[in-house]
Amino acid sequence: MMYDWLYNLTGSEILAMFIVSLLPLFVFILPFALLAVLAERKVSAHMQDRLGPMRTGYHGILQTVADIFKLLQKEDLVPRETDKALFNFAPLLVFIGSYAAFAAIPFSGFFIGSKIELGLIFIVGVTGLVVAGILMAGWASNNKYSLLGAMRAAAQIISYEIPTLMIILMIIMLTGTLSLYDLSELQTAYFWNWLILGGPAVGLQKILLIPFMIMGCLIIYTSTLAEVNRTPFDIPEAESELVSGYHTEYSGMKFAMFFLAEYANMFAVSAIVAILFFGGYQSPFGYLGNTLGWTWLVPIEQFFWFTSKGLFFVFVQMWLRWTLPRFRVDQLMAFCWKYLIPFSFVILLLVGLIALM
Amino acid sequence: MSQYSIQNTKDSKLKTEEMVLNMGPQHPSTHGVLRLELQIDGEIIIDVVPHIGYLHRCFEKHCEAMTYPQIIPYTDRMDYLASMYNEFGYALAMERLMKIEVPERVEYIRVIMGELQRIASHLVALGTYGADLGAFTPFLFCFRDRERILHLFEITCGARLLYNYIWIGGLSHDLHPDFIRLTKEFIKDFRPNVKELNDLLSYNRIFIERTANVGVLPIETAINYGVSGPNLRASGFKWDLRKDDPYSVYHKFDYDIPIGTGEKGKTGDCWDRYYVRVLEMEESLKIIEQAIDTIPDGDVTSAIPKRVKPPEGQIYTRVENPRGELGYFIISDGSLNPARVKVRAPSFVTMQVFPELCKGFMVADVVAILGSVDIVLGEIDR
Amino acid sequence: MRDYIYNFWQGLYTILIGMKVTFRHLFVPAVTIQYPSVKPQLPERERNRLYVNMDDCIGCDQCARACPVNCIEIETVKSIPGEDLGTTSNGKKKALWVTTFNIDFAKCCYCQLCVFPCPTVCIYMTDVYEFSEFERDNLIFDFVTLLPEERIEKKKNYEEFQIKKEAEKAAAAKKAAEEKAAAPASKPVEPKQDGKEEIK
Repeated sequence: MMYDWLYNLTGSEILAMFIVSLLPLFVFILPFALLAVLAERKVSAHMQDRLGPMRTGYHGILQTVADIFKLLQKEDLVPRETDKALFNFAPLLVFIGSYAAFAAIPFSGFFIGSKIELGLIFIVGVTGLVVAGILMAGWASNNKYSLLGAMRAAAQIISYEIPTLMIILMIIMLTGTLSLYDLSELQTAYFWNWLILGGPAVGLQKILLIPFMIMGCLIIYTSTLAEVNRTPFDIPEAESELVSGYHTEYSGMKFAMFFLAEYANMFAVSAIVAILFFGGYQSPFGYLGNTLGWTWLVPIEQFFWFTSKGLFFVFVQMWLRWTLPRFRVDQLMAFCWKYLIPFSFVILLLVGLIALM
Repeated sequence: MSQYSIQNTKDSKLKTEEMVLNMGPQHPSTHGVLRLELQIDGEIIIDVVPHIGYLHRCFEKHCEAMTYPQIIPYTDRMDYLASMYNEFGYALAMERLMKIEVPERVEYIRVIMGELQRIASHLVALGTYGADLGAFTPFLFCFRDRERILHLFEITCGARLLYNYIWIGGLSHDLHPDFIRLTKEFIKDFRPNVKELNDLLSYNRIFIERTANVGVLPIETAINYGVSGPNLRASGFKWDLRKDDPYSVYHKFDYDIPIGTGEKGKTGDCWDRYYVRVLEMEESLKIIEQAIDTIPDGDVTSAIPKRVKPPEGQIYTRVENPRGELGYFIISDGSLNPARVKVRAPSFVTMQVFPELCKGFMVADVVAILGSVDIVLGEIDR
Repeated sequence: MRDYIYNFWQGLYTILIGMKVTFRHLFVPAVTIQYPSVKPQLPERERNRLYVNMDDCIGCDQCARACPVNCIEIETVKSIPGEDLGTTSNGKKKALWVTTFNIDFAKCCYCQLCVFPCPTVCIYMTDVYEFSEFERDNLIFDFVTLLPEERIEKKKNYEEFQIKKEAEKAAAAKKAAEEKAAAPASKPVEPKQDGKEEIK
């Protein structure tokens, strides 16, 4: 593991821990957030027959860097009647809630931030901090529209955690482990061992599981989409109805934190769907490193596969955003409570029965 | 009334207060500078008071100081999304007052331009409606198609939005030599795009959920308030001035009048108003095709009078704007300037019925209903 | 129950169709052109900034009268006899010096109504549209080709000519009045010839 390797290299526990915890943040997430903002703009532009950013850098590559500079030099406006402590702390809480989830996600067989046994529970708990952050942001802004947006966001996120948990429960029932690392190791060898195709079981059980797994994957993808506040569930930030919702009153770096936290969250939930159903960092066809005999190549390949799967699901999220109109608040809640939750209950029951076979 | 009626909240023992929410003049979804004062109880609307006048430019008073041909650039600027039709109505009124016979070629070209303008105006209405509801992509597709129409207008008269093209007694320029070829190409490229718009937006389940059964306008209410155009036709009443009170050469063409049928909800809801506009674009394409194939030759400037000095009298003429019945009432006292020009704008009448449509629905529905009635503030305020 | 399943299925199906449309558009080339490195080709009848060819202008004031917003300001001075102002390109002889011809492009509504009444087609619309200024007064374009001293000179010439003409007219009138006062003494009175005397 990365930690052991670093400990052997440097000889100091603290230095190794420090580097291991900072690596995902600086090497992966921040560059990813920069890239994702640009990718969203370019993908949306090409879907709409236009070009997107073209002037900053070659075909607009440096656009996000320019945006960050712009946000850094903006005046940090704090409206007069707000609750200063809550107002300043809310973006931090949202940021922490999104980024802390990366501690438990295995990026490859060699690197995982923290190999805790309760990986899934940890992730679900930590992303729940985002709700508190949003409520604080909406309340402290002293703005009717922000308050409305924050209330809706809180209701939405809390409701959609239930189908997510149901499907996670289903996976736990089947595989018996909560640790994300073990889940990835379970789906080893080739792509027919991936959980979406029934998992490492054999025989009738595997064939029976496939439709339920596909439905489960769709349900968890939809409900995590709602948790990240992406269209069609982006009522909290609906521009045409509430002028930006709970982050209307934020400017400068605080707004940048909300912004980056949203993209990090997007990747986190895509990564979770990839790990739960699509094999995590495992390659669908076997490893080049293994066939060539270069075992050091394998973790790099695994990292590559993991990022590709995560990026693919992020792309699908962007694709959905630019295709669909937005739900109204009561329809959103109806969709969760009347459609997703009954379906996930039924799937849970049936998969439980099949697992008993 | 929707299922969220007020009785439920009145029966409970909790004391609730009504909130006044202001959708101010600056808002991404009110199409122009319109101020809506919403009295809401939680999320449910009790009353809507629209405040207009932020775009008032004294058009009618201004007309009394100008000569008749000078008024035409000003009529363009009233409903800036359907300028050709404003000029058409005015020119028609003046020609009836002065008893001028225009050559047939002029009539055909006016019809072609009017119908192209109708398609362009409906594209803006549909695109911005999708954008209000969160679907950002159809907005850009509609505007891409509209660019081609504006290019057609640009090669004919030189301007993209405010044309000064239809004059009293004729037109300012004849058709450009490339116009017919480019229009035929446009029609060929546009039909599949309408189908694409339907796939992307009209039949999308989420869109239908947002717009079906929302803002229902019954036929009696519509007729009592004087609503006309696609809003009236969506309620199920077949009334179109091009067929019921024909002007120009519309009686020579074969086209249908689409009405709302309540396909996805009640008749007269937002989805019907939206879909009637989509169907009308198709009918306009039929008219343009027939007109281009049968356009006669002639001189478009032969009947334009040197000095426009109508006899004393008054006249009221109405045409079918993309938004409804546009009427011009002109009083002339025999001199070079009119004594009074009054415009009956269809969006003004639609704003009167708007509070009726919104009662009992939620705040998010106000945006949907406002987008579906398709108002232009330039026309309301003049 | 049937409605429930139908709603769910319809929801999924229409979303997938929409996604297919958007995905197909990913591969359609963009319709944007990258202004300002690439400028669009404007058609020949394009209506942007006006241009006045002062060699052809006869100072008839038709364009200023046709303008609905009164953005054209024209002042002319009559020429004195003996001055040759030249002819316009379609053969008309010019008789007026145009000393002021200002067009305020902040007021102009680009409607083209001034182009049609011009008898020599000297005012027309070009395709220049990139002429923004920082000061609003810089948008008042002066088209006259005479130098400021020349304008004052022409005006002075005309006024002097007027004064001279007035003086000549006054002198001629005085002379005529003098002649008339001296005339009755020398003119014979002719008897009236009519046949009305027999009636009495």
